[in-house]
Parts: sequence; structure tokens; C-alpha cells
Amino acid sequence: MKPFEVVETPIDAQVYSDYVLHAGAGAVTLFTGHVREWTHGVRTVYLAYEAYVPMAEKKLAEIGAEMEAKWPGVKVAIAHRIGELHISDIAVVIAVSSPHRKAAYEANEYAIERIKEVVPIWKKEIWEDGEEWLGAQKKYPEKGVDSV
Amino acid sequence: MIRVHYFARLRELAGKGQETLDREQMTVQELLDWAEESYPGFGKDDIQVAVNEEYALPGDVIHSGDECAFIPPVSGG
Repeated sequence: MKPFEVVETPIDAQVYSDYVLHAGAGAVTLFTGHVREWTHGVRTVYLAYEAYVPMAEKKLAEIGAEMEAKWPGVKVAIAHRIGELHISDIAVVIAVSSPHRKAAYEANEYAIERIKEVVPIWKKEIWEDGEEWLGAQKKYPEKGVDSV
Repeated sequence: MIRVHYFARLRELAGKGQETLDREQMTVQELLDWAEESYPGFGKDDIQVAVNEEYALPGDVIHSGDECAFIPPVSGG
């Protein structure tokens, strides 16, 4: 594995947790984002993710560097899966270790917010009766956009 | 030649993942204008352009040999 990667196969979160663990770490936070079946009353059949892979991996690494600057001592690994994902599959994993728990929690949440802002990855929702690419700036009054 | 990549909605709209433009140089804004004209409904006002895997500004100049990508609003996570 690479510490910042886009993958096409199922994610084993433990691999990333193990990667960030070291003798100086007193805490590890492990976030996994999953495919949710129901979003604002609309049933998702599956999601199709697509990425500009080289740039996405670069941006994930930049987010890791931002985290290390803001919370000195954290060690980070992030992976995002692309392709067809089904209900409950892991779409993204963020593992953060730090000497103390507060930084591990804070840095982990920072990572997912930044991923949703700057990493070139896109999600298409496929429903029983249609499909739509989601984008942060688009508004779906009925369905909402806050998947995962 | 300038290579451009399309993703997600834009890939489906353009009907291709990438193509090359026979241009020596152009600005990011000119590239967006070209895309809007070539692919009605492109929606250039909501799209960012990456040049060589970095987000670029409308006035930035793209040169032959650069790799560009149209980045519609992202939705990872």
C-alpha cells in the first residue's frame, strides 16, 4: 500500500491503521466512510466513483502534509476507492495516529472535510429509476448531497 | 498540442475521456470558453481547470505539452 492512494479494490482499513501506528502513538483514529442506502428518502442501488488518479493521490498527500503542519506529531494514511461500490462498502479510509487523542480526532475530521473540497474524485448515485453525478456545488432539494 | 481530460458528467457530455488540442498556448479562460462552445451545457462557470495536476487560475497560460483536466465540483468521501 501507499500512504495516500486511490484504489480499485476493496479497502482493508486495518492496513492503514497498522501503517500509522508506532511506538510514540498514544491514539489512532480510524474513519471509514461507507456507501449509504438511503439519502433523504431516496434509495441508492450503488455508487460509481471516478477519479483523476495522479492528481487525487497528490492532493491526498498534500492534505496529509497540511495535517502534519497543523497537528505536529500526527502520522496519516488515506485511501479512497473508485469503481462500483455497493451498500456498506468502504469508500474512504482515514487513519491518523498522534501522541494524544485530541489531535488524532481533530486531524481526522479535517481530512474528510478537505477531501470533499479539493480532491478530484466524483461520485455518481445510481437509483432504481435513474442516476446522477453529484457535485458539492449542486443542490438537490429532495435528495441532498451529503452522501457518505 | 495540449491534452485535456474529462471526468464524470463532463466525460459523459464530451463522449470521451481525453483529447488533444492543436494549440501552442492559450489561457485557462480561453480553454473553458472553447469547451463551452464545443460541448453545449458544459457549465464552465462551475468548473475548475487543473494544469499539470495543479488547480489553475483563469488567467494562467497553458502551453503545448501541458496536461489539462476539467474539474467539475468534486464529490469524494
